[in-house]
Amino acid sequence: MRLEPIANPTALRLFGLPAAALALTVLIASLLALMAGANPFDTLGLIVKGAAGSKFALLETLNRATPLIFTGLAVAVAFRARLWNIGAEAQLYAGAVVTVLLGTGALTLPSPVLIPVIALAAMLAGALVLLGPVLLKTRAGVDEVVTTLLFNFIMLLFISYLLEGPMKDPMGMGWPKSASLEKAARLPRLVEGLRLHWGFGLALIAAAVVWVIQGRTTLGFEIRAVGLNIDAARFAGIPVNRVLVKTALLSGGLAALAGFSEVAGLKGNLTLDLSPGYGYTGIIVAMLALLNPLGVVVSAIFVAGVFVGADSMSRAAGVPTYIADILLATALLTMVLAIRLTRVRIRWG
Amino acid sequence: MGADDGAEVVLRLDRITKRFGALTANDTVSFALHRGEVVGLLGENGAGKTTLMNILFGHYTADEGSVEVFGKPLPPGNPRAALGAGIGMVHQHFTLADNLTVLENILLGTRSMWRPGLGRRKARDRVGRLSADFGLAVHPDARVGSLSVGERQRVEILKALFRDARILILDEPTAVLTPQETTALFDTLRKAVALGLSVIFISHKLGEVMTITRRVLVLRHGRIVGEVATADTDRHRLAEMMVGAEVTAPKPTERQPGAPLLSLRGVCTPDRGNAPGLRGVDLELRAGQITGLAGVSGNGQSALAGLIGGLERPETGTMVLDPASHEAWSPRAALGAGIARIPEDRHKTGVVADFTLAENAVLECYAAAPFSRAGWMNWPEIDRFAARIIDTYDVRCPGPRTRIRLLSGGNMQKLILGRALDPGPRVILANQPVRGLDIGAVTFVHAQLIAARDAGAAVLLISEDLDEIMALSDVIHVIYEGRLSPGFARASKTPAELGVWMAGHGFAGAEHAA
Amino acid sequence: MDLLDILLSASFWAAAVRIASPLIFATMGELICERAGVLNLGIEGIMVIGAFCGWMTVYLGFGLWFGVAAALAAGMVFGLLHGVLTVPFGLSQHVVGLGVTLLATSVTYFAYRLSLPEVTIPPRIEPFQPYAIPVLSDIPLLGAALFAQTPLTYLAFATVLVVSVVLYRTPLGLALRAAGENPASVAAQGLSVTAIRMGAVIVGSGLMAVGGAFLTMSAFSSFFFEMINGRGWICIALVVFGAWKPGKALLGALLFAAFDALQIRLQQTPLGALVPYQIFLMVPYVLSILALVLMSRRAEIPAALMVPFNKGER
Repeated sequence: MRLEPIANPTALRLFGLPAAALALTVLIASLLALMAGANPFDTLGLIVKGAAGSKFALLETLNRATPLIFTGLAVAVAFRARLWNIGAEAQLYAGAVVTVLLGTGALTLPSPVLIPVIALAAMLAGALVLLGPVLLKTRAGVDEVVTTLLFNFIMLLFISYLLEGPMKDPMGMGWPKSASLEKAARLPRLVEGLRLHWGFGLALIAAAVVWVIQGRTTLGFEIRAVGLNIDAARFAGIPVNRVLVKTALLSGGLAALAGFSEVAGLKGNLTLDLSPGYGYTGIIVAMLALLNPLGVVVSAIFVAGVFVGADSMSRAAGVPTYIADILLATALLTMVLAIRLTRVRIRWG
Repeated sequence: MGADDGAEVVLRLDRITKRFGALTANDTVSFALHRGEVVGLLGENGAGKTTLMNILFGHYTADEGSVEVFGKPLPPGNPRAALGAGIGMVHQHFTLADNLTVLENILLGTRSMWRPGLGRRKARDRVGRLSADFGLAVHPDARVGSLSVGERQRVEILKALFRDARILILDEPTAVLTPQETTALFDTLRKAVALGLSVIFISHKLGEVMTITRRVLVLRHGRIVGEVATADTDRHRLAEMMVGAEVTAPKPTERQPGAPLLSLRGVCTPDRGNAPGLRGVDLELRAGQITGLAGVSGNGQSALAGLIGGLERPETGTMVLDPASHEAWSPRAALGAGIARIPEDRHKTGVVADFTLAENAVLECYAAAPFSRAGWMNWPEIDRFAARIIDTYDVRCPGPRTRIRLLSGGNMQKLILGRALDPGPRVILANQPVRGLDIGAVTFVHAQLIAARDAGAAVLLISEDLDEIMALSDVIHVIYEGRLSPGFARASKTPAELGVWMAGHGFAGAEHAA
Repeated sequence: MDLLDILLSASFWAAAVRIASPLIFATMGELICERAGVLNLGIEGIMVIGAFCGWMTVYLGFGLWFGVAAALAAGMVFGLLHGVLTVPFGLSQHVVGLGVTLLATSVTYFAYRLSLPEVTIPPRIEPFQPYAIPVLSDIPLLGAALFAQTPLTYLAFATVLVVSVVLYRTPLGLALRAAGENPASVAAQGLSVTAIRMGAVIVGSGLMAVGGAFLTMSAFSSFFFEMINGRGWICIALVVFGAWKPGKALLGALLFAAFDALQIRLQQTPLGALVPYQIFLMVPYVLSILALVLMSRRAEIPAALMVPFNKGER
C-alpha cells in the first residue's frame, strides 16, 4: 500500500470524507448506547436536546464552550508552530491562581480597571508556565511533549498545596478551596438576565485576534513557516527560537485566560476540580478545527454541546457520561484520518 | 548490436510502461541484458531511469509489460522476489542504517525474521572472502555511521554480493566518488563481470559510460531512443541522443578578478554529528570570480556553507566581509551583508513545501518594507514581487498563489535562484545548485551564475560533480576533512590531480587514507 | 540517621523493585515502539485500559494469568489502532498518540461505569502473591528486594532480557533497529517497514497494558480512576534516559523507583512533617524532567523516530 498525493481533490472527497468520519463516530456512539442497554436514537436525541434543546441548554453549552475556546486556541496557536503544548491544563490553573490572588482583595481598583489587570496578569502567569518547557526545548533540546505533560501533574499538586495551605479559604469548612473573588473582580453577564458571562465575549475576541495574527502579521507568517519546515525557516533567517518563545507566550497566555474566565466569570473561587480536563480537550477542539482560530469557536461549541448533552442524557437514559469522551476521541481520530485522505489516495501495490 | 553475440540472456524487459497521473515515466521500454556484460543506461534526470530500476526491483509495479530473469518471469511489485532472483541494487541514496555495523547491515533481511541468532561468525568469513575477491575493503565491525561515502558504497555492493546477486544495478554510483574511487569501483565491476555477473550502470556522465560499458541504452522522456555498442559511438553522439538536440553548456569567459569581498583566516568550526567542522580554513572570495569547492561529500562542505550562509560562526579565526558586517552573525546578517544563498537541499531547507510561491519568494525578506510594515504583511506587494520573479526567472507555474510543492525541482530551484539573485548580491553561495535538475534547468542555473559573476559578484560554487566545478570555476579549492587546499587556477590541474587532493593527499599535517 | 536506616532496609529496596515493575513493562513497550520509529503517546491510556482489563477479568472469576492475557490483548488492540493510523497512513504520531490515550481512558471509564454502575468503593481482587525464590531470597538485602516478589515482577525482568536478546541477537531485532534508523534500508531488502513498525507498536502496546495491569493485579488489587497518574509519560522520559537501550532503561526505572520509594518513606520522617506532602508527590515528575534534561543532548535518538515511511517516496 502506498499513499499518493492528490493535487486537486474533488468536492466529494473534500466533504464526503469528513462527513463519513462523523457518521462513523455517531455509529460507534450508537453501539455504545446499545451496550449500555439504551436505545441509540433516544440517546443521541437526548444528547442533542440536552445540548441545544432549550435556551437554558444552549447557554449552558456556550458557558462550557468558553474555556474550551481558550484552550483550543492555545493548542491551535502552538501546534501551528509545531510546538507540542500539551500543558494547557497547567497554564489554565496558573491563570486561575493569579485571578484568585489578585481578585480576592490584593488589589483594590474599580472593576473596569481591575478586570483587565487581572486578565493580563493571568496571561502572564500562563505564559511563564509554558516558557519553562519551551526554553528547555530551545536551549537544551528537551522534547516539550513530555515536559508539558508532566508539568500538568506538578501544577495540580501545587494547586492542591495552595488550597490546603496558603490559599485555603478560612470560611471553607475545611474543604480545599480558595476564598471567593470580590464583586469588582467578577466578570459581568454578557447580556443582562442571561446566564452567560463576558468570558464568552472575550473568547470570541481572542479567536478573532489570533486569526488576524496568523493571516496578517509577520509573526503569523513566521509561526506558520516554523511549523511547516523549521529547517527552511532557520535557513531563511527567521529567528526560530524567538518565534517559538513568542508562540509559547501567546499559547500559554490564551490557556491561562480559560482559568481566568472560569474563576472570574463562573465559579468565583478556585477548587481542584475547576477544570475537568479542559486543557486536554483543547487538543480535540483545535484538531477538529484544523487549527483554524475561527474554526476553534465552532468546534469548541460542538465539543461543549457533546459534554453538556451527554450529562443531561446520562441523567435521563442511564448511559455513562463517558460516552461523550469516547465520542470526541473517536471524532478526533477519524477526523485526522479523513483529512489526510482528502490529500492522498491509497494505491495498492 | 552486441545483443546477438550468443551469450545467455539474464534479464529481459518487455514493453514496460509506467504512468504517474498524466506523466508517462516509462513508455514501452524493452531490452535484454546478457551474462558478463556492463550495460550503460544513460539519460538525463527525469528521463525515467530510476523509475525503470524501481520497477525491476519491485518497488513499483509496471502498468504494462513484464520482466524475465534467467528465463523465468519476475512477479511484479515484490522486492523479495527480485532479490531472490539474483538482482542486487545499489541505490543512489544509500539504504544503510547508520546505527548498525557493516556486518549487521549486510545481514539485514538475509535470514528468516523468526530465527534466533544472526550467524555473525560465518557471515564475517564470507564477507571477508567477498571483500578480497572483489576488491572491496571495509571493516565488518565498523559502525556504518562512521564510514566515508566511498566505504558506504562498498558496503552496498557487498550487501548485494552477499545475497548472491548475479545482476548488479548501480544507480549513479560515481556521483559521490573521487576519480580514484571511481577507478577502484570500475576495477570491482570488471572483476564482477569476469566472474560472470552482469551490470546495469545508470549514469548521466558520458565519460564513465564510455569507459566501463560494452553497450549503452539511452533513455529520453521515458523511451529508449538509442541502443549502441560503446565501441561504435562517442561522447558527442551520446550527448545528442540523451538530450535530443545539440547542447551548448554555458562557459565563462576569461575575466580579471576584483577585490576580495569575503575572506576567511584560520577559521575553525565545531563538528556537527557526523559532519566535520572546518580546521583552519583560509579562503578569499573575489569579485567577478567563481570559486569552485571540490571534494567528496561530508568533508566540511556543509560547515563552510553554514558559515558563509550565517548558520555557523567561527570558533576561532576570523571572517572578514567587505563592507564589514557588525551584526552578530546569523542568516539574517548574511542576507543583510549581501550574501545570496542557494541551499544544498531545496526540499529540506530551500522552500516551505506547503507555502505558496509568493510566500516562499519572500521567505528571506518578508520582515522588511515593502513586504511588511510594523509587523503587518503587505500581501498585494508580495504577490507583485512573486509575479516578477516568476516572470524574470521563467518559473513555470499556475501562479504566485500555487503551493510550491506542486512544482518540479527545476522550477522550484528557479524560484530559489530568483529570490537569491533579485536583490543583486555581492557574494553568492551556490551549494549543489543543479543537483537533480534536467539539462535545461542546469544550463539556466549555470548561465545565471556566470551572469552574476560577470556583473561583479563573488560566487562560491560547491559541488560533488568535479566536471561541473572544472567547467565553471576560475579558481578551485579542494576540501578534505575540514581542511582547504590552496587555490588552483582554471585548467591548471587535471581531474586525476584534483582527485588525489580529494582523497586527502597533499594536505599539510593531514592524516589520510592510504 | 533516618536516611541511612531507610537505605539499609530490605523493605525499602523491595518497595523500589515493586514500584519499578510496571514502569519496566511499559518502558520496554515504549522502547520497542521508538526503536522501530514510532513515538507511542497512547502509552498512558493503554496502561489505564490494561489496569482495568486485568483487574476486571479476575473480578469476573478468571485466573490471574487470564487477567494478564486480557490486559495484553486490550493493549494490542489499541496498539493496532495506533499502528494503523501512524504507520501506513503516516498521521501525526503526537495527535494519534494523544487521541489513543483519550480513547482508551474514556473507554475504560465507560466500561467501568457500565459494569459497576452504583459502586463508590471499587471491589478488590485477590492479587498475585509474592513468591520467594528458594535460596536466592535468603541473600541479605538483595534477596528480599529481588527474589521475594510477585511473579509479575519476575516477568518484568524477564521481559527486559527478552527484549535485549531480540533487539541485538536476532534478525528481527536487526530489522526493527534498522526501521527506526533508516526505513529505506529495510525496504531495500524486501522487508516490509509497515509490518515491522506495526508489529513493534502492537507488541509494545501490549507490554504497556501489562504494566498497567501490574498496578491492579500485583500492587493495589483494585482499580481506581486516575491510578496511572502520569506513569506512562514518565516511561517515555525513562526511554530517553535509558538512551533507547533496554539495560540502561531498566537501570533508569530502578533508580527512579528508588527515589519514589524514598520520598514515600521520607514523608513518615520528621522532615515529612515540615514539608507539605504535595512536594514529595512532585518528586517523580520533577525527576522525569531532570532525566530528560540530563540525557537529551547525549542520547542517540533513532534517526527515523516520528518520520513516517511511504514506500517509493524519496
